Amino acid sequence: MSLSEFCMPSLGADMDEGKLVEWRVGPGDAVKRGDLVAVVETSKAGVEIEVWEDGVVAELVAAPGDTVPVGGVLALLETETPAHPPGVPLPSAAPRPSAPGAEAPPADPAPSEETIKASPRARRRAEELGIDLASVNPTGPQRSVSFEDVERAAAQHPPGVPTAPAAESRPASRPQTLRQTIAAAMARSKREIPHYYLSLEADLTRPLAWLAEENARRAVAERLLPACLLLKAVALAAAEAPDMNGHFREGAFERAAAVHLGVAVSLRGGGLVAPALQKAEERTLGELMLGLRDLVNRTRQGRLRGAELTSPTITVTNLGEAGVDRVYGVIHPPQVAIVGCGRIREVARVVEGQVVAAPAVELTLAADHRVSDGLGGAKFLQRVATLLQHPEAL
Amino acid sequence: MTPSELRQTFLDALVHVAPDAEPDALDPDAPLRDQMDLDSMDLLNLVIRLNEVLGVEVPERDYPRLDSVSHAVAYLEGALSARG
Repeated sequence: MSLSEFCMPSLGADMDEGKLVEWRVGPGDAVKRGDLVAVVETSKAGVEIEVWEDGVVAELVAAPGDTVPVGGVLALLETETPAHPPGVPLPSAAPRPSAPGAEAPPADPAPSEETIKASPRARRRAEELGIDLASVNPTGPQRSVSFEDVERAAAQHPPGVPTAPAAESRPASRPQTLRQTIAAAMARSKREIPHYYLSLEADLTRPLAWLAEENARRAVAERLLPACLLLKAVALAAAEAPDMNGHFREGAFERAAAVHLGVAVSLRGGGLVAPALQKAEERTLGELMLGLRDLVNRTRQGRLRGAELTSPTITVTNLGEAGVDRVYGVIHPPQVAIVGCGRIREVARVVEGQVVAAPAVELTLAADHRVSDGLGGAKFLQRVATLLQHPEAL
Repeated sequence: MTPSELRQTFLDALVHVAPDAEPDALDPDAPLRDQMDLDSMDLLNLVIRLNEVLGVEVPERDYPRLDSVSHAVAYLEGALSARG
C-alpha cells in the first residue's frame, strides 16, 4: 500500500482554482476509479469530480468551503500501486530542487500569502492559530506548508503572541466570476477566431408532424422536444464534416473522433454554460432527450461532471425560446463552430406555386475561417437541414 | 383532492421544476411563461412531474391549457374527475 494524492483537477484551460463544496466520501471509504467523490465549484459551474485510482480514502485534506488551486491536494488515498508521490513530507534525503536551504526560514522579503504553497488544511489551521504562513518552514511536497508544519510552527511560537492573521480575500460571487469567465473566453474568441456566418431557413413541416405523432405514442417522461431533433441532426452532420467538429490548438485543427455536443444552457441566475452531451451522434433520440434533460437539470443544480465541461467539440445554442429569429453565435475556443437556432415560427412558404403557411426555423452557423471556408460551412448547414427532413432516421 | 389541495400540488410541481420560483408571488390568472421564464424543457419537466404525483398524462396538444395557475388547476381537476 502507498499513499497517493487526489488533487483538484483542471476543468478547462481557464480554471485556476476551485472551491470544494461537498465530500461524497469520508476517511476509510473504498473508492473505485471513476467514482464521483466530491463536488467542486468553478467559476463556471458546480462540477462532480471523479477519482482516477482505486483505493481507500486515508485523509480528507481539504474541507468544504476551501478554495484549492488546480493541482492542490484534496485528499490522500491509500492505493495498491504508487501512482503519484504521496502527500506526506518527503524523507529529508530526497532532493528538493526548488528549495535551496530548505531547512532555513524563508529569506526576506517574505513571500506574500498568495504565493505560499500550503494545503487548505494547513491554511485553515494557520488562520485559527494566527500563524503567518510565510513564517512557517515548509516541508511538504514542492516546498508547500503542510498541516504538521503549521503545528510545529505553532509550538515554537510563544503562546499569546500571534503573528499577523492571514488576510482572507473575499471570493467574488458566482454570477460575477461566471461573467468574467464568459468575458475571457468570448474576448479570446473575437480576438483570435476569424468568424464567418451563414444562415438557412429549415422547413419544419415534416419534422414537427412526425414529432407530434411520435410524442402521442410516447410515455410522458419519454416525450421529445423539437430541440432534440436539431441536436441529433447537428451531431450527425458534424460527425461527417471534415472541419467543424474538433479543436483548434497551437495553430492546427484536430478533428475529434466523436461528437461531444455542447449545449448552451442558461442559468436561472444569469450567465450560461455549454456542457457536452457526450457522443451525441451515437445516441437515439430518446437517449439524447434523457441526456439533455439530465444535463440541463444538473447544470442548473451545479452537478456537472468534469468531462462535460472540458470536452465539447461543437456547440449548439438555441435562443428560439427567447423569441429571436436567428442567432449570430460566438465560437467557444478551442472549438471551431457553433450552430444557432432561432424560434420556430410560421412562415409563408411557396410550395408548387402556392403560398402556404408552414413552420420553419432559422439555423445559423458561425465557423472558424482558419479551419473551414464558407463552402464547407454551407454544405454542413445544408446537411443539418436535410437530416431534419427525415426525423424517423435520426 | 380539493381545489386548494390541487392548487398546492400544482405549485409544488412548479417549484420542483423551477426551484427559484416564488409561488406566492404568482398572479394565478396571468401567463406562467411571463412570470417565470419557463422554457419548453421546464414545461416538459412540469408535465412529467404532474404525471408522477397525480398520475395525469397531459397530451402535448393540451400544454397550452397549463398556461396559468388557474387554467392549470381547472384542467387538472377536469382530468382527474374524468378519470373517476
